[in-house]
Amino acid sequence: MAAQDTTAGAQPIRLRAEGRRWGEDVVKGLLALCALVSVATTIGIIIALLEPSIEFFREVSIVDFFSGERWAPLFEPASFGVRPLLAGTFAVTFWACVVALPLGLGAAVYLSEYARPHVRNTLKPALEVLAGIPTVVFGFFALTFFTPLLQDFGIGVGIFNVLSAGLVMGVMLIPTVASISEDAMAAVPRELRDGAFGLGASKLQVATRIVIPAAVSGIVASYVLAISRAVGETMIVLIAAGGIAQLTADPREPAQTMTAFIGATGLGDVPTGSLEYKTIFAVGLSLFVITFFMNIISIRLVRKYREIYE
Amino acid sequence: MSAIPAPLGQRPRGDKVRGTIFYVLLLISVAVGFIVLFTLIVDVVQKGIGYIDPLFFTEPNNPTNPQEAGAKPAILGTIYLMVLLLMFVVPIGVGTAIYLEEYADRERWYNRLLELNIQNLAAVPSIVYGILGLAFLVRGLGLGRVLLAGALILTLLVLPTVIVASREAIRSVPDSIRQGAYALGATQWQVVRRQVLPAAIPGIATGSILALARAIGETAPLLLVGALTYVTVDPSLLGSFTALPVQIYQWIARPQEEFRYLAAAGIMVLLAILLTMNAFAIWLRNRYQRRW
Repeated sequence: MAAQDTTAGAQPIRLRAEGRRWGEDVVKGLLALCALVSVATTIGIIIALLEPSIEFFREVSIVDFFSGERWAPLFEPASFGVRPLLAGTFAVTFWACVVALPLGLGAAVYLSEYARPHVRNTLKPALEVLAGIPTVVFGFFALTFFTPLLQDFGIGVGIFNVLSAGLVMGVMLIPTVASISEDAMAAVPRELRDGAFGLGASKLQVATRIVIPAAVSGIVASYVLAISRAVGETMIVLIAAGGIAQLTADPREPAQTMTAFIGATGLGDVPTGSLEYKTIFAVGLSLFVITFFMNIISIRLVRKYREIYE
Repeated sequence: MSAIPAPLGQRPRGDKVRGTIFYVLLLISVAVGFIVLFTLIVDVVQKGIGYIDPLFFTEPNNPTNPQEAGAKPAILGTIYLMVLLLMFVVPIGVGTAIYLEEYADRERWYNRLLELNIQNLAAVPSIVYGILGLAFLVRGLGLGRVLLAGALILTLLVLPTVIVASREAIRSVPDSIRQGAYALGATQWQVVRRQVLPAAIPGIATGSILALARAIGETAPLLLVGALTYVTVDPSLLGSFTALPVQIYQWIARPQEEFRYLAAAGIMVLLAILLTMNAFAIWLRNRYQRRW
């Protein structure tokens, strides 16, 4: 047919396919279905958390939940004040930040501004190895190595304590902060640095007054993400911080976080439908909401620096 | 009299000192992570090496006699989980990545929402996935505390990681390849299947192995879907199971000192598996990755 069409004045060859290609549509549908799995996951998480939580809050008032100072769901009479769990979470997160935020930023500045290319190309994957160590291993390290070490240094920590769990978690989070911050610093255009050097700035001044301010949204994003990870981390706390929900500011004492409570309660044979069972979900919902807002802030900030420089 | 400008090339006093102090602080920041990593590995090996023996790989856990306790069901459980995960997570993850990179219209609100959703899922605490598994798989569907439930929950947990890695691999295939194939009359799926995917496979494989390594080390979600049981039989798809990290946690939680050493031995095996996977992934990347 095409051969006959070569005569002058004939219709041009149609480039489009004759009919609709159903196979193509089926493939596209299947791929979209794959994408829907992650949407279903989010919806599933929300339903899984919301339904038992609503039932929980029918039996326990929200005011008591957020203002109560005693968390003792398994005792008689039970008490459901979530503040000790929030305080425990906050304390562990705080000590993790003391380590992770400055050291992560320092590592990022070193990798981005000071390290030679081949040094950076070796150190970055090596740092990723640290990020790949399972949290249960960090928990073991905190309990059996770091806590005794603190005791040897004369810091009177108990066998289970907030300080050790928090500091070890902080080391675990260094790669998180370093990696995202370094990406943001790498996106800062060379011209900014060269301009500063041209004006006689030292390397220190370029790093602290040009690169860090220019990469600030990425750095803050990495901080927020690290905090979100610290809030959501379970195993280190479950192993090394003990299981006592108490309101205390003393990091040498044990504490229970939201995640550790969920872990400790969920692994047992709690009967379905009991109030204890529903507490898992109420605490889980609080955890999800807190981390959700932090994740969104972090995602927004990362987009911001990408928009500016890329 | 006007001030005499400092000669070019001469820095103000103190600049050099401050610069050096700053540099040393940066070096310390990098070093802390590596010092801890090194100490951790040495400590674990010191504690665990005495318990790495043939019994460790052939015997089940023994709650009364740590000398005779092994981790066979746990190691097998971890291997089974790996196989199942690979079967579930790679097709779904790569499918999603292809959809987002090759088919989705970025301007549409639902595709933007999809991206945001995946980014958020990547940062949802792992224990929340455990709650999802507990509510829907174990209790809701009545699946019980079985291997399949564990595998499914780990699939959802690392799905975002696989998607992100696959998307990056697909995005790095240059457009000229696609346009060349289109110019020869290929359909969209033919372009994806015969041009884009083969070129992106090294990146996808590397990302998937790294995601798998992350999943294998996860403990918290498995606790909630009930891997913390005393298992002596080898795992089966719909039977109760345990996995290496959960077994390690179980040993750490015991008050007796000997079980701590057993836990260290378990950590050695777990780290050996993970480091092998990481090394393989890096080798794969260096061997096959193409720079366009």
